[in-house]
Amino acid sequence: MSAASSQSEFAAALLDPAATLPAGVTTMRGSADAARFDVYRNNVMVSLITALEQKFPVSRKLVGDAFFKQMARGFIRQERPRSPLIFQYGDGFPEFIDDLETTRGVPYLGDVARLEVLWMRAYHAADATPLDIAAIAGTDPEILVGSGIVPMPSASLLRSDWPVGSIWAAHQQDPVASVAHSGPETILVLRPQADVRVHIVPPQDGNFAATLFAGKSLGGAAQAASHDASFDFGSALVGLVSLGTVLRLQPISEGDNS
Amino acid sequence: MLRPSALPPRAGLGLKPAHYADIIESKPDVGFFEVHAENYMGDGGPPHRYLEAISEHYPISLHGVGLSIGAEGPLDKAHLARLKSLIDRYRPASFSEHLAWSTHDSAFFNDLLPLPYTPQTRDRVVSHVDEVQQFLGQRMLLENPSTYVLFEESTIDEIDFLADVCERTGCGLLLDVNNVMVSSVNHRLDPVAYIDRFPVERVGEIHLAGYDEAVDGAGDRLLIDAHASPVLDDVFSLYDHTLSRCGPVATLIEWDNNVPDFETLFAEARRAEAVMEGHQSGKTLSKFA
Repeated sequence: MSAASSQSEFAAALLDPAATLPAGVTTMRGSADAARFDVYRNNVMVSLITALEQKFPVSRKLVGDAFFKQMARGFIRQERPRSPLIFQYGDGFPEFIDDLETTRGVPYLGDVARLEVLWMRAYHAADATPLDIAAIAGTDPEILVGSGIVPMPSASLLRSDWPVGSIWAAHQQDPVASVAHSGPETILVLRPQADVRVHIVPPQDGNFAATLFAGKSLGGAAQAASHDASFDFGSALVGLVSLGTVLRLQPISEGDNS
Repeated sequence: MLRPSALPPRAGLGLKPAHYADIIESKPDVGFFEVHAENYMGDGGPPHRYLEAISEHYPISLHGVGLSIGAEGPLDKAHLARLKSLIDRYRPASFSEHLAWSTHDSAFFNDLLPLPYTPQTRDRVVSHVDEVQQFLGQRMLLENPSTYVLFEESTIDEIDFLADVCERTGCGLLLDVNNVMVSSVNHRLDPVAYIDRFPVERVGEIHLAGYDEAVDGAGDRLLIDAHASPVLDDVFSLYDHTLSRCGPVATLIEWDNNVPDFETLFAEARRAEAVMEGHQSGKTLSKFA
């Protein structure tokens, strides 16, 4: 009469609304009741949807509440959190969005979600003091070009075919501002001091920044950007450093710099 | 050497990011702040900066929601290490967790799930609580759950289960009065009788919250532990009855969803302290408050 329960069976039934109730679950009436088990199903689903809503507020605004919830449910059925640190959940949501047929009309949605993943990462990243611009001025130019950057723990770069930095910024306002262009953007997300910042990197500096974030030297990064006549090494470097992107410089060996 | 928990016999509030700046600015007269440990397990950033500042002015209660003490599997050592580093950094007056599970096969469900009460599950919970207290070097409080289902294999009453775990591990209890109301209604038990049997001398903290109400498949009342509204009158009166047994005990207002402005939370804390004031003259039974 008294069936043993197992957490495997309970867990499997939680995220599958069609699953039969796990063995051994009952009520004070002596028989199982689906409505009661559904409280747990609902708690799990709603709490994880809420976690995604909090992590992806701009993505949610872009598609509306109902559509966002539908995407979130699909993602949650496919991918459970792997850690009780719930702010880390949803790092795979941008790829999930990219693969959806239903988001083809909003092709930049995945990259907006990527930006929001980087925002959350910057928010919780280790605190550090960025390199002072004076340290650059005091460094021998030859040593400088052979050096790479160690980015701040909070700093990430996102390159998008869409103006997702502008789209994100427009949605920080109420009502939402309009976005004037439709071209690609390189976006820098970081927390130099107290608060997370989102910067759109000047277009001519995009390759430079990306090459540096890929671990190459300043000299190599300058070369990668040199095809653009408006690129200027000094102002690109000063720009990145003064935004607080760089923790420190480090020598790069020749072999790493090809 | 286990350090005792030391929350003051006052009302406390959950610390919410939306209120960080206001709390630092205005230093409201709140007995303590409680944080969900998992929200402070990032490496740095605003959560730590504000908790650091707020912990200089208020006692802190560290409340875990992800340790999965009731799990069939072993405790997550990495998670224990994260808890230990928070305890070393912030020296909370209390650490508490739930008689529940939330992780299985490395999947985390972000909810407090129920377990059957049997000699086997009790022994497992005892060994998990022992492990937690050993590792953290601190006595913990174990919270009574709100539940929506029962298990056919359960042979031990919930209060006996909790009392056994206390007896064998030396842990204290966190008495969630709203959970008592929710579970008692859901399982047709008498909430006053539950409080009257509860080992109140073990209680180091009380939780109060608002519940939602629904009906189950047979049309029976089904209360849901929602933390999304004010504490209801029946829970306040059960709280009053609880204090008549144990005297004033640190009491948290839990309001975690649809979080209102700080003034509304503060008013809830004042309501709880007004009930506490009615029991000031009473003898305090609790060893742990």
